[in-house]
Amino acid sequence: MEYQKKELPDKVKNTGFLFAGIGLLLIAVSYILDPRREAFNNIIGLTFFASIAIGALALVALEYISGAVWSVPFRRVSEFIASSLPLVLVFAIPLFLMLGMLFHWTHPEVVSADKLLSGKSPYLNIPFFIGRTIGVILVLYVFYALFTRNSRKQDESKEQGLTRTNVKLSAAFMPVAGIGLTLLSIDWIMSLEPHWYSTIFGVYYISATLLAGLAATTYASVSLNEAGYLIPGVNKDHYYSLGALMFAITNFWAYIAFSQFLLIWYANIPEESIWFVMRWEGGWKYISILLIFVRFVIPYAGLLSQPSKSNPKRLKQISIFILIAHFFDLYWLIMPTFSKTVVFSFYELGFPLFVVGVVILAFYYQTKKHNLVAVGDPKLQRGLDFHL
Amino acid sequence: MTEHSRHTEEADIMNKKIYSIGGLFDTPDSITHAAEEAVKEGYTKFDVNTPYPVHGMESAMKLKPSLIGLVTLFIGLSGAAFAFMFMYWVSVVDYPLIIGGKPFFSWPAFVPVTFEVTVLSAAVGTVAVMIALFFKFPNNAHPLHDTNYMKHVSSDRFGLNVVAIDPLFDESKVRDFLSRTGAKDIEIFYEPERKPIRVFDPKFIGLLVVIAMVTAGVTYFTLNKLLYMPPFTWMAEQDRLSSQSQNAMFTDGFGMRNPVEGTVARGFTPYEFKGQPDSVVRNLSNPLPFSKEVIDRGKMRYNTYCSPCHGYFGKGDSRLNGQFPNPPTLHSDKVRNWPDGNIYHVITNGQNVMPSYDKQITRDDRWAIIHYIRVLQRSLNAKDTDLETKK
Repeated sequence: MEYQKKELPDKVKNTGFLFAGIGLLLIAVSYILDPRREAFNNIIGLTFFASIAIGALALVALEYISGAVWSVPFRRVSEFIASSLPLVLVFAIPLFLMLGMLFHWTHPEVVSADKLLSGKSPYLNIPFFIGRTIGVILVLYVFYALFTRNSRKQDESKEQGLTRTNVKLSAAFMPVAGIGLTLLSIDWIMSLEPHWYSTIFGVYYISATLLAGLAATTYASVSLNEAGYLIPGVNKDHYYSLGALMFAITNFWAYIAFSQFLLIWYANIPEESIWFVMRWEGGWKYISILLIFVRFVIPYAGLLSQPSKSNPKRLKQISIFILIAHFFDLYWLIMPTFSKTVVFSFYELGFPLFVVGVVILAFYYQTKKHNLVAVGDPKLQRGLDFHL
Repeated sequence: MTEHSRHTEEADIMNKKIYSIGGLFDTPDSITHAAEEAVKEGYTKFDVNTPYPVHGMESAMKLKPSLIGLVTLFIGLSGAAFAFMFMYWVSVVDYPLIIGGKPFFSWPAFVPVTFEVTVLSAAVGTVAVMIALFFKFPNNAHPLHDTNYMKHVSSDRFGLNVVAIDPLFDESKVRDFLSRTGAKDIEIFYEPERKPIRVFDPKFIGLLVVIAMVTAGVTYFTLNKLLYMPPFTWMAEQDRLSSQSQNAMFTDGFGMRNPVEGTVARGFTPYEFKGQPDSVVRNLSNPLPFSKEVIDRGKMRYNTYCSPCHGYFGKGDSRLNGQFPNPPTLHSDKVRNWPDGNIYHVITNGQNVMPSYDKQITRDDRWAIIHYIRVLQRSLNAKDTDLETKK
């Protein structure tokens, strides 16, 4: 069947502006009231946003490199979500101005008095830190630009060779994205506690990133397909695959998170276990226990049965829930450095709302310019014929 | 085939029970159509065999969702419970060991094994249950095994067979139905003869013996030879000092080193009055409450450390009596009139022949022993008022 390009309703744009507007207002108020606290929330916002955008981009690359056909009808959805990637740098700009308020390795007098920190200073120093963040985002954005440029050219020319080019690109993308995400997570989250280290931390953030990108893609794809904006032919088997992948990555996250906990708990070395002790005192204990349920048990139970994976309503609920859980996870990772006791109020809400608004708007403006379905992709028909 | 053998085969068939009638189809479309027709005809006990999963077959056959998932869930949860409780029993009940200073019930350490056993038991159990249901345990084969039908449905054709337990089953009607829907090579399948399983078959016994010998040989070789060859010895031979061996690094040659001067064990409070005059200690009052638990604790510690000399009742009449200068009774007026701090001082520092006990008995235990000594003293000097019972 032929794809008919349709304009998304203004409702989408308005929702985006609403979220972004309320978020921006809250951020502005919070920055005036308590700059330090909002700066920590800015890190949550940055890592939340980066993981949605990079996760969606990783799904695009994953489809090319694995030769998957089922996801071709909604690959553009992932591409459009990933289009917001350069805006991550906008989130980083206020933080670059306030690094001293957030990271205590930025103070030369602290570093010189601390043997561990001076040992780490060739890596943890302000110019290299800023350079890394900008570098990672830019390199990933180059990949995004190349992927989408080839794919859009294909819409017109139907040239199969472009898919082959993208497969090669995705092979190069995988290690770059792995290293890039590891650097981002080490820089923005782990170096908040510069004495602490966990060698699995990059993988932890990568699993969360894939899940965030997938949840955003799933919500958008299912909603768009229900409203008839995608090409006809996307059916329950496609939904099932999305649900099964979310289920798998949820398990992967739990596996990584538990591995990290088990090794640190078992070895019980003070400089490692302090990180979990910080998340077990002053009320953080309840947040930590809640995280297990929010991040693993509830999505696991919600996606366990076969019918639930292909139920569009359930998929939309779970993908929203997973995004909230992802935010909650980052809150748990970052905020204990800011406060010994649990704090949660409107300060924390500004950034997630703003990020959601920005992603929706980026998506909306992409749909104005480009097809919502990769009509020239040679795998598209096979993707539509996909059956389990 | 000789006349004779054909004759016996026919005679066999007469005695056999029909299992099902099946036919072969050439295309996935025709088999899907046939399955739909079979449902229309009213057959409920029929099965379709295809060389690969044919899409839409479930809905064509009007199959209900399989219940095997529940079996898997049940077996998996049983495996999880078994593994978890087994580890609990081993490390908390039967053989508690302190590992890494952690509590006996350290559940995070149980999680990996619980997970493995869950997956293993769920997978193996599901396959076992499926085979048992499919073969109808204790049969070890299916009626369709080794038939022309099975040969084809596992490679190039599609089969449908109506099982005899179907309430509408009728040999000629099923044959009609199958040929009407376009089936070729319609065949009748019989229930296989159940042969008794012979355990004492020489071949089987021989196989067991060979397996046992190979297993024993490999185990012997591994445990006694292989593990003493490099590279398997690398774990044992390391650049470290083995326990009870001489240490070349230090002049005294000891492998085990004393802790640094002033080291204090975690949770231990050193004697806080060390080097202070007796008068300070003597004036201390007992910090512990005079409660049943404290007195029971004191009794236990007293019986362990004090009774060998002072006797179980503090009379100085222990079994060591006569071998050493006799220890004094604790019921003398002198001791009875001592403040608690004075007894504490004697236990901690020692007195005359009695050595210091501050290494053996913790502070709290010393105070608990003092409470118990007071109990012993009062038992020999009870006042009339003590007889008053609680109202």
